[in-house]
Amino acid sequence: MTDAPWFRPAVTILAAFGAMMSLAAGMTLVERKVSAFIQERHGPNRVGPFGLLQPLADLIKFVFKEELAPDRANPLLFLLAPALACLPAMATFAALPFGFLDGKPMVVANLDVGVLYVLAVGSLGVYGIILGGWASNNKYSLLGGLRASAQMVSYEISLVLSLVSVIAVSGSLNLSEIVLAQDQRWNVLVQPVAALVFLVTMFAETNRHPFDFAECEPELVGGFHTEYSGMRFALFFLGEYIAMVVMSGFMAVLFFGGCDVPFLAIAATPWWAGALAMVVKMGFFLLLYVWVRWTLPRFRYDQLMYLGWRVLLPLSLANLAVTGVVLALDRQGAAQ
Amino acid sequence: MSEAAAMQARRAARERWFEYTAHGPADPLHGDPMALNMGPQHPSTHGVLRLRLLLDGETILEVDPDVGYLHRGKEKMAEDLGWRKFFPHTDRMDYCTPVMPNLSYALALERLAHVEVPERAQVIRVLFSELGRIAAHLIYTGTTGIDLGAVTMFFYCFREREKILDILDQWSGHRMNNTYVRLGGVAADLSPRVVEMVDQFSREFPAKLDEFEELLTGNRIWYGRNKGVAEISGEQAVAMGLTGPSLRGSGVAYDIRKAQPYSGYERYEFDVPIGTCGDCYDRYLVRIAEMRESCRIVRQALERLPGAAGDHLAHDTRFVLPPRGRVATSMEELIHQFKVVTAMALPRGEVYQAIESSKGELGFYLVSDGTPRPVRVYTRSPSFVSIQAIPTLAQGHLLSDMVAIIGSLDFVMGECDK
Repeated sequence: MTDAPWFRPAVTILAAFGAMMSLAAGMTLVERKVSAFIQERHGPNRVGPFGLLQPLADLIKFVFKEELAPDRANPLLFLLAPALACLPAMATFAALPFGFLDGKPMVVANLDVGVLYVLAVGSLGVYGIILGGWASNNKYSLLGGLRASAQMVSYEISLVLSLVSVIAVSGSLNLSEIVLAQDQRWNVLVQPVAALVFLVTMFAETNRHPFDFAECEPELVGGFHTEYSGMRFALFFLGEYIAMVVMSGFMAVLFFGGCDVPFLAIAATPWWAGALAMVVKMGFFLLLYVWVRWTLPRFRYDQLMYLGWRVLLPLSLANLAVTGVVLALDRQGAAQ
Repeated sequence: MSEAAAMQARRAARERWFEYTAHGPADPLHGDPMALNMGPQHPSTHGVLRLRLLLDGETILEVDPDVGYLHRGKEKMAEDLGWRKFFPHTDRMDYCTPVMPNLSYALALERLAHVEVPERAQVIRVLFSELGRIAAHLIYTGTTGIDLGAVTMFFYCFREREKILDILDQWSGHRMNNTYVRLGGVAADLSPRVVEMVDQFSREFPAKLDEFEELLTGNRIWYGRNKGVAEISGEQAVAMGLTGPSLRGSGVAYDIRKAQPYSGYERYEFDVPIGTCGDCYDRYLVRIAEMRESCRIVRQALERLPGAAGDHLAHDTRFVLPPRGRVATSMEELIHQFKVVTAMALPRGEVYQAIESSKGELGFYLVSDGTPRPVRVYTRSPSFVSIQAIPTLAQGHLLSDMVAIIGSLDFVMGECDK
């Protein structure tokens, strides 16, 4: 059976789905525990040992909550929006390589255009937020949705430009090959500016604090999800956490060598060590998400525009130009 | 067009818009402004304030504050309750600032009745007023933090405030509305344990403030959210009647503790911090600096306490309850107690007495016709005045700035609505 052609993909899909779901669910607990630690509280500690079963309890609560829809809300879009917010985040997870087994990458879909795929599908997530805001028939939700769309336009260009320089250095759009190209030297050492731009924009991409304007509890009450309850709300919630997991994985793969264990060649690394390295790196950035959220104040919505257009965009453009010139000179030197 | 006429026209246009967008076929998608109702149930209106906003995109064109959702008719109640029984109601006006509303009312009564307050009672009053100011400013820092996304600040500030409430608890048995200021002094003296707790708190607190400042003051995001938001000049602030930190943020060094000292504030050494440009950031800095000054005053009060002459309560049989033990043994004291409790009449006259509360000038205007019940009790509440500054301050700013403005004015609806 293990030789059957469907065996390895099936196992990979199951493993990836399980990893994604458990990471996202675990993150909800980690978020609450870490925030409690930062704020000198205990955090959830009633359900199971150390509150470990809290995500399960949350799930049960969400399932049994009544699902309310406001009067004159658009029923179809109102139903569709949470799924639209959650699915793209899930789909992007498929392109994340977790290591190499028998020389082949452990990934659901080893795409030659992996970077493009993640960017294209990941950007779709904002439709869920916009539609959710629009369909709720609530002015606060509408403002949240509008903010999300304006926000996306202003940072995604810098996000993509920062990735272009990585692609130029690695010479591939395939995420597994980008990992292999970092065997000797992680991209963060070659492209520190791009890594910095990516770090900032990944907070905006996932609508996380300090860029969570679409939600922005103090002024917009709940923003796009003000009117959502029950599992529909849970899907938005889950989408956010999966997006965090994916972006952290993306960060690890693009800049921190993915499954590469420092001072060890990728080919010589056992598959479990590679996967472990990948998860540890992801975990670090996930913790960073939480750490930032509970430490910093929130930006104002126009300040992100300023940051996006007048700081990050010139920075990533300059970085790209410098990268291009250096690569060209390098190639010329090699040719001579 | 004269200024008044221009304002009139603006108000008329605004009213029309609010009516129009509430009922009519307004079309915000094609250029019409959008009316947005903020509150009275809203996470960051600090109580039950309702704001009607007129928005162009996210830019605020007009704001119309609507107060009164917490109106309990306190002033009218006073006319029925009599002088003494109104004390607990003053607590429940500004419930974020322990002791101070009490003190304001007590000072007004004492001026009307010409009662001398012993020095020891005055020191205790100053001590707890300043602790109350710190507690109130901590609420300001915490809630403004949460409004601007620094959620953790809220927990840090409330942790410190909790220590002050514990001190109040140890002193009076109540954490918030203790009603422990009386006509002629305070209800109970300080136990050694209370003195010890205050001493410890005032030693530790400046370091905690440094910690808060590390998180906020130099933070680029915090600075960006507050700097230049809702600037108001000193003249404008005076014209609007703003007092307290909101006025001092605009650079006007007016503090009633200095201008018309009460409870012996003239004997304490402290500075009045002022801002320069009167924006949210200056108001924040002023409040942080005021907490440091309050801490200084608390230290001085502690030093003054052992040498302070007199008791914690004046010995004035007309207005002050005699000690419990003597009532049981002395016929005269029993009569005094009976008279004070049932029919304490204050001399005919009227008086206005203000104190520097954490929100600004909190004053009581009392009219007495010589009977046990007041003819009129009027409260000059700083929060009410602060709220009327919102439309001017918010104009042209973004919706996100609205929460910064609300936070920086630091009002409490219980005192505004009364």
